[in-house]
Amino acid sequence: MSSVITRVKQKQIAQLIAKGKRLDNRSATDYREIKIEQGIIERAEGSARVLLGKTEVMVGTKIETGEPFPDTPNEGVLTVNAELVPLASSTFEPGPPDENSIELARIVDRGIRESKAIDLEKLCIEPGKKVLVVFVDVYVLNHDGNLIDASALAALAALINTKMPNYEIEEGEMKIKSGYTPLPIRKRPITVTFAKINEKLIVDPWLEEEQVMDARLSMAIDDDGNICAIQKGCSGSIAPNQILEAAKIAKEKAEEIRKKLEW
Amino acid sequence: MSQKSEKLIDKKGLRLDGRKPDELRQIKIEVGVLSNADGSAYIELGKNKILAAVFGPRELHPKHLALPDRMVLRCRYHMAPFSVQERKSPAPSRREIELSKVIRESLEPAIFLEYYPRTGIDVFVEVLQADGSTRCASITAASLALADAGIPMKDLVVACSAGKVDGTIVLDLMDTEDKMGEADLPVALMPNFNAVTLLQMDGNLSLEEFENALNLALEGCKKIYTMQKEALKAKYVGVKEEVEE
Repeated sequence: MSSVITRVKQKQIAQLIAKGKRLDNRSATDYREIKIEQGIIERAEGSARVLLGKTEVMVGTKIETGEPFPDTPNEGVLTVNAELVPLASSTFEPGPPDENSIELARIVDRGIRESKAIDLEKLCIEPGKKVLVVFVDVYVLNHDGNLIDASALAALAALINTKMPNYEIEEGEMKIKSGYTPLPIRKRPITVTFAKINEKLIVDPWLEEEQVMDARLSMAIDDDGNICAIQKGCSGSIAPNQILEAAKIAKEKAEEIRKKLEW
Repeated sequence: MSQKSEKLIDKKGLRLDGRKPDELRQIKIEVGVLSNADGSAYIELGKNKILAAVFGPRELHPKHLALPDRMVLRCRYHMAPFSVQERKSPAPSRREIELSKVIRESLEPAIFLEYYPRTGIDVFVEVLQADGSTRCASITAASLALADAGIPMKDLVVACSAGKVDGTIVLDLMDTEDKMGEADLPVALMPNFNAVTLLQMDGNLSLEEFENALNLALEGCKKIYTMQKEALKAKYVGVKEEVEE
């Protein structure tokens, strides 16, 4: 993490949080305003843009045909990639994906995969030979903290917006027909991220809070309120009872966000 | 994680390798196994065979990465091409890059990094044979290698996994259980601080199941912690005997 903010401000943020307050007047469990737009890129099979406060993430999906993995011959393939685009922050540099973008992509991937959000069996064309491959590309456009939640939400919104091409099998050959059908979405996982600052947990940390946080904890919650993925980040530690407390808050917050979305 | 070709838990409630749900696999730990490294450790957890080595504190290259107020910890988790059923390309995969990051972050809280400003320390983990929960065994070995290198630490870091298999919460997942089971929850702990330094999960657990699995993993960590300390002591007993001869 770069030290863009001054030590004075770091101290101020940490002291406020100890009192249960935050610099932008949110409570410990308040999210910033969430705005979602879907279908903004016509060339993509599905797309969405999420604004989480000033954090902005765009996700585009593409669908191609490819080979299934040998251990899952009857299932389509999901591939998630994340780009921390240099125009999003002075700390992002061009080049191959670094560990931060790989971690981000893998957290988003696990949320979708482990909740079984997409019915991958419906993407099978010819078992063991040909399946549909769903590429989810996360594009971070403005970094103001909590890229994980914004990216996971944008990825889900884009998948819900995704259309698969209609096809027919004729004499072993795949023929694309006119028209599209929506991607088979079964679950809507919502990821909730906490920052631990001064021994307190806050949800949806923005950039300056992220620069002060000791540890980060993300939990993906599915429609049934079950946890389907967790990732702890940063070089700090968390007490076990705090983890359980976070799990309860995450469940409530995920439900709240899911209701707001009206999908 | 979806197919179920075979039963992972039999009628007697025993697992594929005959373990009870809350039983660890056989563990063997050795400290100081490599002569060129400043510190090293070797762990066998079931069929897992993992080497960890520490080099440093030493001058950091490239130099611009050095920090004025503390040491930079770098970590590389790597799997040997022959460590798994189908040959793994030796180039670092995205999984290995992520694991390197989370292993580093699980060790950092235990080290007094501020004692060695402007330097770097490298932790290399090589998985020679993998059989599930490699990241946990890697952390257990890496923290011993750091201790063996004489790095001042607040506590050892010990890791263990729990998960859900055929609807039962189990300890220390092996490869098949990881792949076919319903959930995998690796946890790293600094036992003297009751502080969790690594927590990941994939699968599907209710809040109640999550609590049980987390507590089971923490119990497992504490059991391995005693073996970890024994292994560290055993090295110095060995050295003492050599000196006295």
